[in-house]
Amino acid sequence: MLSVEGLTKRFGTLVANDAVDLVITPGEIHALLGENGAGKSTFVKMLFGSLRPDAGIIRWEGQPVSIHTPAEARALGIGMVFQHFSLFEALTAGENIALAFEGGGTGHGAIGQKAREVSETYGLPIDPDALVGELSVGERQRIEIVRCLMQDPKLIILDEPTSVLTPQEAEKLFETLERLKGEGRSVLYISHRLDEVRRLCDRATVLRHGKVVTHCTPSEETASSLAAMMVGEEVEGFSRTASSNHASARAVLRLNGLSLPAASPFAVPLKNVDLTVPAGMVIGIAGVAGNGQGELFEAVSGEVLQNDAGMVAIDGTDAGQMDIEGRRALGAAFVPEERLGHGAAPAMPLTDNLFLSRHGTDSGSFTGTLGNILKGKLKTVAAHISATMDVRKGAPDPHASALSGGNLQKFLVGRELDREPLLIVVNQPTWGVDAGAAARIRGALAEVARRGGAVLAISQDLDELFEIADAIAVMHHGRMSKPIPIEDATREKIGLLMGGADPDHTELDEVQI
Amino acid sequence: MLEAILISIATAATPLFLAAIGELVSERAGVLNLGVEGMMAMGAVTGFGIGLATGSPLIGALAAVIVGAVFSLLFAFLTLTLASNQVATGLALTLLGLGVSGQIGEAYVGQPGVRMGPVFLGLDPIFWFSLVLLVVVAWFLFHTKPGLKVRAVGDSHVSAHALGVPVIAIRYAAVAFGGACAGLAGAYLSLVYTPQWVEAMTAGRGWIALALVVFASWRPVRVLVGAWLFGAITIGQLQIQAMSLSTIAGFAAPLDSIVGALKSVPSQFLSSLPYLATVVVLVLISRNRRLALVNTPACLGQPFVPDR
Repeated sequence: MLSVEGLTKRFGTLVANDAVDLVITPGEIHALLGENGAGKSTFVKMLFGSLRPDAGIIRWEGQPVSIHTPAEARALGIGMVFQHFSLFEALTAGENIALAFEGGGTGHGAIGQKAREVSETYGLPIDPDALVGELSVGERQRIEIVRCLMQDPKLIILDEPTSVLTPQEAEKLFETLERLKGEGRSVLYISHRLDEVRRLCDRATVLRHGKVVTHCTPSEETASSLAAMMVGEEVEGFSRTASSNHASARAVLRLNGLSLPAASPFAVPLKNVDLTVPAGMVIGIAGVAGNGQGELFEAVSGEVLQNDAGMVAIDGTDAGQMDIEGRRALGAAFVPEERLGHGAAPAMPLTDNLFLSRHGTDSGSFTGTLGNILKGKLKTVAAHISATMDVRKGAPDPHASALSGGNLQKFLVGRELDREPLLIVVNQPTWGVDAGAAARIRGALAEVARRGGAVLAISQDLDELFEIADAIAVMHHGRMSKPIPIEDATREKIGLLMGGADPDHTELDEVQI
Repeated sequence: MLEAILISIATAATPLFLAAIGELVSERAGVLNLGVEGMMAMGAVTGFGIGLATGSPLIGALAAVIVGAVFSLLFAFLTLTLASNQVATGLALTLLGLGVSGQIGEAYVGQPGVRMGPVFLGLDPIFWFSLVLLVVVAWFLFHTKPGLKVRAVGDSHVSAHALGVPVIAIRYAAVAFGGACAGLAGAYLSLVYTPQWVEAMTAGRGWIALALVVFASWRPVRVLVGAWLFGAITIGQLQIQAMSLSTIAGFAAPLDSIVGALKSVPSQFLSSLPYLATVVVLVLISRNRRLALVNTPACLGQPFVPDR
């Protein structure tokens, strides 16, 4: 159905796609695998007409085609389900759908009706009159899929579709995909999740640094052999050490009935969150994106202050009214989700970013007697952090924005750990980070707990939490479940809580720590 | 008396409304054009000059529309094609428009201009056209596909581009519409409001129009409400300032004392009243934050450079 030969795309000196070949047959689910920056997005953007290739041939049903715009791609029968970039929050679901079609209709009449029909046929319930900004990520994805299916595509491109879904929502999606496959449609499936690729996909193409490493049959591979193809080396598994006896451990972070009204119509209010993070433990917070995790991080870090100082206690001190600097002085460290803008000032060098986060807590160590900044010392410490965390950078002291996401995250985590904090709170520690860097970051977090510190890790990646956490709590609609010790936690239990099961009325065996 | 007051309110409100409704469309598409004042000044001098040369205020107004649109395309080229900073470019456009219009208009200073007279209920054709324009713009934005595309481009240009909506082309069109409206608003000043040319006769109305758009939460009908409110208070405070106690001798004593009290208020305060009251009222009606967020173009002022 689709065959691609020698597709090449250059951005300046960077070759994002280097002679990529790929063949998809009708009724096939084809996986496109690769680390961040391997060129997957560039490749699908060329298929969908958002980018123009520099060289290579795309054949569609045997005929060479050149696809200049997404409209041309759709006319051929190529549909795309974007993950992050194609819904309009201020418009309704129906209007969002109507925008993908030529001709009249603004989503309230015939198109809205057709959307309802398609959503019923495929078991993807949507409300055309709902405002997208007020919908959950899973609901938004359904709109994307319905919009795509309404064009009756022969090839559907899905970009990381399950990264924002609960395990149960993902199961529903797999059913839909199997059904589409049964109808003779093909799917190009981009994912990091190797287990689901092995289960779902008929064949796979692995990209690394813009080149095709291999074509393979996922069901004949193991997750670790697929990972090795993506990364180009064996990824060292992270090994957990038996957690120490924590019954007697003191509470480093305690949240007492933390409540916070929503700051905007699209935000989630925090409702009476109770949590204790004892010394020597990693507590993981799971949840579907947009259920209050971001708000929780802002409240704990002091980006947003609490009305009652007792709602957040760090090392026994009520910190609810303290700002970020005050909380840092109590021994806490924070790594926010947005690396550029929150974690680091993009247009400033790493040393300046180091100084900005440290001069409040370690006032004496980076300034001289006249208040002058000790550049040499900053450079030494920055170099030390880079060496410990294996930060790969082009220049000795580049701007934060010049680092790749994974390398910047390694630097930011290293910057906070260099202070040897009592408590580290980190939101999405390895989001968009490649496997090697992720392993290093997880190892560093575990090391904090081993030393006797406490870690609060908020993550959408369940695999990650199962790997590093001693107990997992789940957020749903701004509420938090009790933490489930890792020995008792199963994917099914966590998944039910992520989907909104009432923790007080289910059969879950919660054990209070 | 009342009729005369209403007519003068409408005349004061119309240029603000015209400039604001054009800017609203431009901002809905995500382009912040701070050059409204300059475009109005260009429209005013064009309307006056062409009206004088042809003897037809209608031809003058049409010429002002064209000049306003062409002038705004300069802004569009700089900000959309060359992706320059919209705030700085808009400010430059205002300064350029005021300067060029002053230069062109030097010959017209002191000359009596042509006047566009009333056609219906004591009001001029442009006023009636502005009401039609309100209906057309509101219907276009919220009930047509191209209008949906304009709003989509303003909400997320990245998403719009990914779907194949021509972001840059739509923004060019929206900016040109804004320029045309500002040009007409300028011509209204020099052909209807005060049929003569004075340098910088726009007197800050372009800035009021910009504020109206924001405080009206980018809703067309609210722009009309804001413009009328501003016009009403402008005329009201002028009346109070002009009113002598003798003219109200026939009124009842309590009213007499109220007007007396008002007259004791410094005239500077009265002159600032339209600005204050308009801002206060529009802030009050835009308090619904959900509505405000839904209507605020999320990409306002951000340059878009598609990767190719």
